[in-house]
Order: sequence, then structure tokens, then C-alpha cells
Amino acid sequence: MIEIGLGHYLTLGAVIFSIGIIGIFLNRKNIIVILMSIELILLAVNINLVSFSMYLGDLTGQVFTLFILTVAAAEAAIGLAIIVVYYRNSGTIRVEEIDKLKG
Amino acid sequence: MIAHAIFFYVFSIIAVVSAVMVTVSKNTVHSVFFLILDFISISCLFIMIGAEFLGMIMLIVYVGAVAVLFLFVVMMLNVAQQKNQWFISKENSNHIPIGLLISVIIFFELIIVIGGWKYKPDLFDQGNLSIVNDVSNTHSLGMVLYTDYIHIFQISGMILLIAMIGAIVLTFRQREGVKKQSYLKQISRERAEGVEVVEVASNKGVKIDD
Repeated sequence: MIEIGLGHYLTLGAVIFSIGIIGIFLNRKNIIVILMSIELILLAVNINLVSFSMYLGDLTGQVFTLFILTVAAAEAAIGLAIIVVYYRNSGTIRVEEIDKLKG
Repeated sequence: MIAHAIFFYVFSIIAVVSAVMVTVSKNTVHSVFFLILDFISISCLFIMIGAEFLGMIMLIVYVGAVAVLFLFVVMMLNVAQQKNQWFISKENSNHIPIGLLISVIIFFELIIVIGGWKYKPDLFDQGNLSIVNDVSNTHSLGMVLYTDYIHIFQISGMILLIAMIGAIVLTFRQREGVKKQSYLKQISRERAEGVEVVEVASNKGVKIDD
């Protein structure tokens, strides 16, 4: 309990990952919160990579965390741009009103 | 060691609570604020574990760019004042229990994987990029990033460039009736159509602009 090991960090990553997935499923509001949940999931993956990298003494995990950070930033920018265009066209970004694709 | 444990628990409790608040908060602006708090506490954890470069980059990229972008879009789209109650539509909400079930199953699977990792520690064979302790974290990352991973590094730069171009193209809007400078017209102007030499008759003057 006092000795903080790899398992503590991995548990924290698992908790945040699950909260992100719950956020995607549970969300009934607007689609921006879904994007934020995706950011939480990527954050949990980053926690796992960094803690493995530090506890196993291998630098590769931190390098790949850097690339995940890049992809997350690009994804946020593109997703928010799509949301802005959709809001401009249809006037709403509520999740249950986005049903043009009839999925 | 006990200080390490105390800091770990404080930061991770703040991170988990703020992640829950991102999900359940009714106001979207509050969700963005809790997302910023989450990023900051996780980057504090990164700095604490020894990956100080990634912690600082996390602060810069996530808090400085991504969260502010989220906040900007939320305030621009004016969704904070929309009605934000839960479970509005009746026929659409039947996938929520299944989603919760799947999330709980994923969480326990991850916990089982972590437990298996604890009891079988020889799964890992040592990689070739071991951490050297006498140089700093930033130094060693830089040594690796610009030599072994240079191609992936440049590809990630291309991803950022394409994302920037895509965001500009998506949100670009041509407005009607806006006066603009046309460089092509300016530089393709000839002397013959721009200047006219006029003989001015004495006491008559010149009539221009007719």
C-alpha cells in the first residue's frame, strides 16, 4: 500500500480508461463531451506507456507517448473542426439529434 | 517513500474524480475545466515518476492547446446554455445499461491483466533502449528521438500539418460582398491600361473620369 509500484499506475490507467468508455456510452448531451472522453482514453494509454517505460527501464514507451500526444492533438483539432461545420449546417450537436446517417 | 505514496494518492484521486466529473457534469464548460484539472494532475504524476519531459509537454500540448481549443469551441457554439439534462429520449436510451456493463467488464479485464503482470514478471525481455541514469530525461529522449525514430518523428510532423490543413479547409467559408485585395490583378496590370498621356490644351483643362 505504501510502496508505489507499477500496479498502482496501471490501475490508475485502467480506472481512467473505463471512465472514458463510460463517458462515451453514457453521454446524452453534446458530442464535445464524447471527444473529451476520447481524450481521457488516450490519457490512460499514455499513463500505462509511461509507467511501463519507467519501471522496466526502456525509453521506447516515452517515445511512443510523444507520438500518441501528437495524434491526440491532431484528432482534437479535426474533430472540433467537424463539429463546428456540423453546428453551422444543422444548428445542433446533441447526440440524439445527429441521425442523418440513419445508423 | 511515504511522501511518494502520499503524492501518488493525492494526484490519482484528483485525476479520477475529475475524470468522473468530465463525464457526469451537466455543463459542458465545467467538463472542460475538469478535463484541464485531470491533465494537470496526470502531468504531475508523470513528473513525479521521472518522465519530466513528457509531463511538461503534456502541460503545454493538452492544457495549453487542446483544452483551450475545447473551451473555445464550447463557448463559440453556445452549447452551455442548451438544456443538458440526462436521458431525454426514451427510445434511444436502452443502450446505456449495456454500455455500463461493457465498461465494467473492460475495467475488470484490465485489472486481471495487471494482476497477471504482477505474478509473471519474466514476461519482458530487456529492450535495447535502456534508461541511462546519468543524463536527464529530456537529453535521453532527444538522443533517441532524432536518431532511431527520426522517420516516425517526421511522419508525426506530417500528421500535424495535414490536421492543420484539414481544419482550415473544413471551417473555411467564402463570404459574399467582402472587398479583398487581388494580387493577380495587381501584378498583371500593364502600363497601357493604367497610364494615359494627355495633351493638355491651354485654358481648357482635362476632363477625366467620364
